Amino acid sequence: MSERLDAGAARGRRGVAAAREPDALDRRLINALQGGFPLSATPFADVAATLGLDEAEVIARIRAMLDDRVLTRFGPMFQIERMGGAFCLAAMAVPEAEWGAVVEAVNAFAEVAHNYRREHRLNMWFVLATERPEGIADVARRIEAATGLPVRLFPKEREYFVEMKLEA
Amino acid sequence: MPKRRPKAAAAIAMPAADPVPDAASLDELDRRIVLATQDGLPLVARPYAALAEQIGCDEAALREHLARMLESGRIRRIGVVPNHYAIGYTANGMSVWNIDDAVIDAVGERVGALEFVTHCYRRPRHLPDWPYNLFAMVHAASRDAALVRVAEIVALLEREFRGACKGRDVLFSAGILKKTGLRIGV
Repeated sequence: MSERLDAGAARGRRGVAAAREPDALDRRLINALQGGFPLSATPFADVAATLGLDEAEVIARIRAMLDDRVLTRFGPMFQIERMGGAFCLAAMAVPEAEWGAVVEAVNAFAEVAHNYRREHRLNMWFVLATERPEGIADVARRIEAATGLPVRLFPKEREYFVEMKLEA
Repeated sequence: MPKRRPKAAAAIAMPAADPVPDAASLDELDRRIVLATQDGLPLVARPYAALAEQIGCDEAALREHLARMLESGRIRRIGVVPNHYAIGYTANGMSVWNIDDAVIDAVGERVGALEFVTHCYRRPRHLPDWPYNLFAMVHAASRDAALVRVAEIVALLEREFRGACKGRDVLFSAGILKKTGLRIGV
């Protein structure tokens, strides 16, 4: 547990800004790889063949983009709700004077998958992910206890559209 | 601020052994796959072989299982997630709308179908200070460009659902504080 948590905390301190911009080849890879990564024995070789690159180069490029935070993830994107778990959007109104401490406290929760600062009285918006639906209310209570601030929950009542692919 | 309890908070309450596995709970192989790929797929020529070895199953069976998870939607997709800022989408506006409950689903379907809306959900209001029940995420290269798109939604609502929208706001992102994605069994 502690290793993963420490890594998360370290990321939080360092921020998640990319270290550089992707070049033209990086962008091609990003556009080609936002879904449909092959389930073959040698998927990188298959992707490389499609793009006219070589396998080692594709692997090295993805690694470099992850290291430089041009990519935030490479792998399967799980839909935890289809596996009995839950996602829930949540928000807090954090006083500016407590901002840094609250960011640290909230980000320390493994159940906090994403966290954004937004310009509004509700200035912190985060996504909770838990293995069981009842875990959402539980972690919200624990975040309230850890920060002393109320957590507003915005569970999705209906999903009209989700498409996370963006042209690079 | 009260004392934090990160230790107690970090672990998801999860029985060590669930004696009554129900259909909706994580299948054991699903669970091992989620745990083994939380930080991503191995960056090696045969990633599924590496993953299979790590979780102690057969590579072909693993690939077949992943295909079933994709089919059933337990996996949305396999691939890269770009840092939106790094690829030029520096303005991330969460547009929120107070839509008449009588037409919320029709409006949601319509707004969600716009090509520049990446996520679109109905969510509960928190009255009195949060009257919004429709969330539509708009990504763009600048705030002005994002606001132009929000204005397109306004025009569409005016045209097709006159009177249904009682108010709106746009909450721009002022920074990513964390983006680790799903973490279970930590």
